[in-house]
Amino acid sequence: MTTKFTPDHEYIRVEGSTGIVGITPYAQEQLGDIVFVELPAVGKALKKGDEAAVVESVKAASEIYAPVTGTVVEVNSLLTNEPGLVNTDSENAGWMFKIAITDASELDTLLDADGYAELTL
Amino acid sequence: MAEVPSDDLKHTPLYERHVTAGGRIVPFGGYALPVQYPTGIMTEHKWTRDNAGLFDVSHMGPSFLVLNAPTGDAEADHAAISALIEPLICGDILNLKPGQIRYTLLLNDKGGTIDDLMVARTTTPGTLFIVVNAGTKDGDFARIAAAAGDKATLKRADDGALLALQGPEAVNVMAALIPPAADLGFMQFGTFEWNGVPLTISRAGYTGEDGFEILAPAHMSIALWDELLTDPRVKPMGLGARDSLRLEAGLPLYGHDLDETVSPIEADLGFAVSKRRREAADFPGAERILAERDGKLTRKRVGLLVEGAPAREGAEILDASGKTIGTVTSGGFAPSLGKAIALGFVPPELTAIGTKLQVSVRGRAQAAEVVPTPFVPHRYFRKAV
Repeated sequence: MTTKFTPDHEYIRVEGSTGIVGITPYAQEQLGDIVFVELPAVGKALKKGDEAAVVESVKAASEIYAPVTGTVVEVNSLLTNEPGLVNTDSENAGWMFKIAITDASELDTLLDADGYAELTL
Repeated sequence: MAEVPSDDLKHTPLYERHVTAGGRIVPFGGYALPVQYPTGIMTEHKWTRDNAGLFDVSHMGPSFLVLNAPTGDAEADHAAISALIEPLICGDILNLKPGQIRYTLLLNDKGGTIDDLMVARTTTPGTLFIVVNAGTKDGDFARIAAAAGDKATLKRADDGALLALQGPEAVNVMAALIPPAADLGFMQFGTFEWNGVPLTISRAGYTGEDGFEILAPAHMSIALWDELLTDPRVKPMGLGARDSLRLEAGLPLYGHDLDETVSPIEADLGFAVSKRRREAADFPGAERILAERDGKLTRKRVGLLVEGAPAREGAEILDASGKTIGTVTSGGFAPSLGKAIALGFVPPELTAIGTKLQVSVRGRAQAAEVVPTPFVPHRYFRKAV
């Protein structure tokens, strides 16, 4: 199991040919209290870098981008009623969507944990 | 994601305190100010609604307008200074009692709003205390000084600190610190001594809660800030909570809900057009504003309760059929209600409470309903004058 990161603070945890996408603890900390999460439709085809979801804090809306190209296969519908899970447990219960990865080689263009950690120093 | 303040931003006397307390500093009105502290906007907001929040609003524009040659006759001097400011605004300043504050609007010749401000009569004959907004203060001060000509002098007081102590516990905190100031009623103010320095304290604010605004000299401001925070009922608040609190209170924000095109009637601030001024029709844009008051208007500010994602400033307001009829001017999430709320302008025929409208958020229409403002009831402490 590998987890990769984007410079925009999304993570993608790879399980076989599927990736679980959410935002990093650093990102949720920066956003503050999340009050609404808009998730993509299951079945939606996304290209790497496409706007995939939106998180709203009290103050502002922020786009979440697809880390890789693929198709949305599942969304975390718990976030509809409990958007705060993104704050309290962004890496686990606060995941946003699962994507069937079209081209696994795109993962090589993303940051590894060390590379991402350097970015947020 | 993070906003990086530029180097040419002004600092308030409390800047170091904000940084030390872990405030996230952002640019606002030309100043570097905390948008939130580590606990976050939601927690801060609720703390102010339940206890007392302390805000650094030193970016605002406090000032004194002082008659150059007072006669010593209090009423004559007040009439003289009122006659200088009243032509710029729609409020009755002449009939203010000493120690009384009035919310009013600085208007252009077309009846549009140059700023919203507080004008208060001090106990010194011929002297008014005036507080304007941060982003507009240089223009406002120039305008007021020009109107005063050689008859009065506008003395800026924005080199010190202006602190807002807001919330249901604010009065108890004040009673412990400066007991006589706790006897003020809503929209009253006075000068009170604290540790040998005079503080100008108003019972007013921008949260919908009871509370005070305290003007302190810069050299005493850190001591005052620290002293207020030793009270366990008080926590520091950032601009984020200030905005969410004022939005729930239905209070307009200049530059968003008010601008040079928006009249007091359109903004649903008809109460700020004082009766005497209305009858005399002697304020800028009187013709338009009085016609609008009689029903000839094309848009009016309303409060909206929004289903789903918050509709932010700039979002289109649609009627039930999906036709665009207006624009959101302030919008966000209301921590006290757990729902999205917005202020915006719509045609007068769609302003009735309960009118079903929609807002367009990222291209999708969401249900919205016209509701009364304030969204959260005001809890001012009014006192018979």
